[in-house]
Amino acid sequence: MTLDMSYEAVMGRKNEIMKKAIGIDYTGFESGGISFDYERMMKEAGYSLEEIQDIQGETGVGNTPLLEMKNITALARKYAPKGKGARIFVKDEAANPSGSFKARRAATAVYHAKKHGYKGVIAATSGNYGAAVASQAAMHGLECIIIQECYDSRMIGQPEILEKQRACEAYGAEVVQLTVGPELFYTFLCLLEETGYFNASLYTPFGIAGVETLGYEIAQQFRDRIGSDPDAVVVTNAGGGNLTGTARGLIKAKSEGTRIIGASVDLSGLHMASDHDFNRKSFTTGHTGFGIPFATWPDRADVPRNAARPLRYMDRYLLVKQGEVFYMTEALAVLEGLERGPAGNTSLTAAFVLAQEMDMDQTIVVQETEYTGAGKHPMPQISFAKQNGVEVLFGDPDSEVPGKNIVFPDDPGSIKLREFDLEKARRSYIRNSVAKCGVTGEVSAEDVSFLAAETKTDEGFVRSVLANL
Amino acid sequence: MEQARKGDWVQVRQTVLTPEGRAPQVPDDTKKTPLLLWVKGFAQSDGKIGDDITVETMTGRKVTGELCAIDPRYVHDFGDFVPEFLKVDVQLKKLMKGEVAR
Repeated sequence: MTLDMSYEAVMGRKNEIMKKAIGIDYTGFESGGISFDYERMMKEAGYSLEEIQDIQGETGVGNTPLLEMKNITALARKYAPKGKGARIFVKDEAANPSGSFKARRAATAVYHAKKHGYKGVIAATSGNYGAAVASQAAMHGLECIIIQECYDSRMIGQPEILEKQRACEAYGAEVVQLTVGPELFYTFLCLLEETGYFNASLYTPFGIAGVETLGYEIAQQFRDRIGSDPDAVVVTNAGGGNLTGTARGLIKAKSEGTRIIGASVDLSGLHMASDHDFNRKSFTTGHTGFGIPFATWPDRADVPRNAARPLRYMDRYLLVKQGEVFYMTEALAVLEGLERGPAGNTSLTAAFVLAQEMDMDQTIVVQETEYTGAGKHPMPQISFAKQNGVEVLFGDPDSEVPGKNIVFPDDPGSIKLREFDLEKARRSYIRNSVAKCGVTGEVSAEDVSFLAAETKTDEGFVRSVLANL
Repeated sequence: MEQARKGDWVQVRQTVLTPEGRAPQVPDDTKKTPLLLWVKGFAQSDGKIGDDITVETMTGRKVTGELCAIDPRYVHDFGDFVPEFLKVDVQLKKLMKGEVAR
């Protein structure tokens, strides 16, 4: 019998396809209402920290260097009030085999696929995760398909995504490229069904657990070198997995006093599924176009329950501008001698300003860097922006309008932090939960307690939000 | 090179969804365009640019589409020189002159 491959028919088979392609029965963790047993899902469907250390160690993933940014700290102190200017450290995740922290997520996903007898893996990603999955698949001898949202309708693609295609192909993967649009998910389902490969989603329990080693290493390295835990860890936030995994790792290391700060590039005003806007952004990840929708409704991902739940862990959410991140990418190169990709430097930019608010004896960790090279470098990103009609100028970063201009700060002192109202995000998450789960009557006590954990608040806060829906 | 021979490494293009078939949540500008797909593989027959041919991809899948490139090159590079970066570099070096912390 030939399968009906129409859009509606394939989307209708979604649950069945996904179940085969992930091998996790998520229904066992569901309560039937809003809540599900997140911790039990992480425990039973994931791996322990020790197992992950072994899995990652087998392929040279993890144990990346912790570097102190003495010169960037000195620069920050020029702009800080007396006694302020915390020490900035960077976890050099570019040292992972595929050049980013995503190797940690891919290592567990591909290991799991191999262990369960899958012949290959598929991941839908235009970013570093594709290269990470392709690299791990090569190491484990599995087939690999990466699906990218790559081009606009003129077949013009972001240089950064084109570089990711090259990297995936260098690791022997097949790369399927699409024009802009959420229907990528349809193609993804078709390929999972056709091949029977494993869905190496970014958002499985083991994918997220793969990042826990990053948080754990930070705590260990800090205790060895500095003799204390870091005061703050700044995480570039997109889909939320980086932040969730890192925070969980810090908690496992009993580093409870460390504040977890998310940072995203402000791309407000650009529509992520717009053919016109697609090539007018200079960041393909680490931006608000992923950060905010995923924080306020994580279960929009390609798995029934997303293991990345950033509002559970985030203490503060800061926004920076594209021009500021490019400026700090230059600072990292010319002051610290480290040439690293721009997107990973989102958290470095936030840390540079955050340091100016914190005491000199305090510490901040920028928890990732990523590789750089042709396409994935500030120069092609900015020249591509100019070709697409985006103006590049110096001035007040607050005058930057995503898609229209990129404003380099006229002085490092004009780099600022913009607070994203976490209360608003939490309210929005609670509202989305009630709407998406179709709750019409009173929200159960179990669900109230779940929503409090999900938003890092208390039951009083949840009840007050529910009362005002 | 306009002519592919059987066994050449080529790129083909498919129309996955026509503009009429796009998902309802797609913004208006995107809705005017088809959803297109590109994939590379070994040509299973000779063909000219624009012909429909079948390729065998790296994972062994057979895909049919319009032949659009033969031995497709990577087009990304380091872009045009961006003088703004030089200005930033000079400013940073000047600010930190004689004050390097190490």
